[in-house]
Amino acid sequence: MLLLEDIHTHYGKIEALHGVSVEVKKGEIVSLIGANGAGKTTLLMTVCGSPQATSGRVVLEGRDITRDKTSDIMRSGIAIVPEGRRVFPGLTVEENLHMGGFFNTKAEIRKSQQHVYGLFPRLKEREHQRAGTMSGGEQQMLAIGRALMTKPRMIILDEPSLGLAPLIIKQIFEIIGHLREEGITVFLVEQNAHQALHLADRGYVLENGLIRLQDTGANLLANPDVQNAYLGG
Amino acid sequence: MATHNIKHALFSAIITLIISAPILGLDLESAGTELKLTGASTSTLVSIVLAAIVVFLFQTFRDSIMGALGQMPKLNRFADREPMPQEKRLKLENIFLIVLVAGALLWPFIASRGSVDLATLVLIYVMLALGLNVVVGLAGLLDLGYVAFYAVGAYTFALLSQYFGVSFWVALPTGALIAALFGFLLGFPVLRLRGDYLAIVTLGFGEIIRILLNNWTSLTGGPNGIGGIPDPTLFGMEFGRRVKEEGNISFHDFFGIAYDSTHKIIFLYLIALVLALVTFLIIRRLMKMPVGRSWEALREDEIAARSLGLSRTGVKLSAFTIGAFFAGFAGTVFASKQGFISPESFVFLESAIILAIVVLGGMGSQFGVILAAVAVTVLPELAREFSEYRMLIFGAAMVLMMVWRPQGLMPMRRIHIILKKQE
Ligand SMILES: Nc1ncnc2c1ncn2[C@@H]1O[C@H](COP(=O)(O)OP(=O)(O)OP(=O)(O)O)[C@@H](O)[C@H]1O
Ligand SMILES: [Mg+2]
Repeated sequence: MLLLEDIHTHYGKIEALHGVSVEVKKGEIVSLIGANGAGKTTLLMTVCGSPQATSGRVVLEGRDITRDKTSDIMRSGIAIVPEGRRVFPGLTVEENLHMGGFFNTKAEIRKSQQHVYGLFPRLKEREHQRAGTMSGGEQQMLAIGRALMTKPRMIILDEPSLGLAPLIIKQIFEIIGHLREEGITVFLVEQNAHQALHLADRGYVLENGLIRLQDTGANLLANPDVQNAYLGG
Repeated sequence: MATHNIKHALFSAIITLIISAPILGLDLESAGTELKLTGASTSTLVSIVLAAIVVFLFQTFRDSIMGALGQMPKLNRFADREPMPQEKRLKLENIFLIVLVAGALLWPFIASRGSVDLATLVLIYVMLALGLNVVVGLAGLLDLGYVAFYAVGAYTFALLSQYFGVSFWVALPTGALIAALFGFLLGFPVLRLRGDYLAIVTLGFGEIIRILLNNWTSLTGGPNGIGGIPDPTLFGMEFGRRVKEEGNISFHDFFGIAYDSTHKIIFLYLIALVLALVTFLIIRRLMKMPVGRSWEALREDEIAARSLGLSRTGVKLSAFTIGAFFAGFAGTVFASKQGFISPESFVFLESAIILAIVVLGGMGSQFGVILAAVAVTVLPELAREFSEYRMLIFGAAMVLMMVWRPQGLMPMRRIHIILKKQE
């Protein structure tokens, strides 16, 4: 589905990724964990083409998108839930969702909207509330819902559990598991290593712009190095 | 807290004294060839002291005064009301619009010649403000050089008429299109800029255009400006006393009535009215279309908008281009109304005033912007007696407005896109 080959990404002269290779197969949940500043967000943004990789290849469904424009990439069946949620604060919940369906027909929007409300009944209750006044958890649900409105075959999530209470995190992870059952491929970036690896088919550990480890989710959970560094010993 | 307030108030009062004493308290008089420095009259000195006392009192009780001001909208019975259901609101808006247009149509037949002329100017500002509202209010791009596009529209007409004898009706779309082209071209360099950086670059652009017009004497006549810009014609009928162009006939001859110079003023007013209405309707339509929603998405969160596949380039350029287009529209009408233009009409203060209209009216709100355009253009005219203090009053009104209603006179209410129910 998504293939990253030896990706190098720079911010100006500083190299943030030093040759990262990651593969996400169709129908999988793949988790990427790593400390602050490891380059996780950078990796995801490179997939979206902003910034573009300085060398290496990004291949989506067999098509090389390394040099494609962000707007083209984001219209080709891939959706991202950006770090920090980034809902449109002044728009209502419903309007936020409709923005997600910007390039779809009205009939499609209506259908995806019902689908999103099915996943997150909470959003339906808050349909006409301004997104900026919602709680962090609700905003995260909205951000995921908005990404789903684009009808993606693959969804990328950047730290969806950031700043949320354990109960909400559990809900969000349940939804992510549910998305896989719907046939959506998931690429998940997390600091919350335990839950992310538990859910994942496979996982990667990113450290200082390099992939340190890669294995199945269960094996990584059992790995002593991972336990020491990311699961608090 | 209280001691802190008093300290701060004392400081402010002293600053007031330091600033006003030399400026107002000393008079320069020319005695023959020499300048003599004299103290001002006692009354001036007393007012300076009074002013310092007022500043002191205001600063001491500032919190309670500002608090009281903040409470004022509560007195307004509209403030806390539940927002109206959308359909009702849209219907009301349409009725309001029809009443407004009907009133505006009657205006020239009941008002004096001067008021009609002023009303034309108001309509020009309405067009400008509606256009800038797209850029600043909807797309959230702070443009401080908007007057440049106004100038481009006006000069396009002036130059085309001077060199090629082009008429108003040809110049109107041409001026708007050329202004739009300038907007498009300016859009490119500022694509990556946001906020203050964007403001500074557009400010610079506005100045560049003005300085260019001022110094390209061979083409634009420099500070002397361009005169003899023709009036609009009505199906080939001219409004002057004598027909200027061969083959045309004059309005009063055609209808067999006596020549009256107000005909022309009324005609110009009506043109401005129609164009302002067209501007309003086109922009309202755009706001409901995907392009309008993409402007708002970009304003709300650029990264999120891009994550949904919107192209930053396309959205920003469309806002700039459309905004500039209507400024060009307004510029052409302005040139025709004045008959003479010079770079002096397109100084930074104009940009600032148009921006003030948009902010006062309520960013993104079209009715608010119209209301503010009327207020900002008409009130200074009414306050003619205070001519020297006009800018002062204007400034004070702005400050009060921003404290009292930071969201503007009529805050924007977005139109929800209603999806048709499933059949
Ligand atoms: N826009 C930018 N300009 C310059 N350097 C940047 C930029 N964005 C990120 N970096 C740098 O790139 C490195 C990787 O940052 P990145 O945001 O990808 O980390 P991360 O793994 O997502 O961290 P976190 O878990 O805190 O979100 C950091 O050293 C950061 O300082
Ligand atoms: Mg990050």
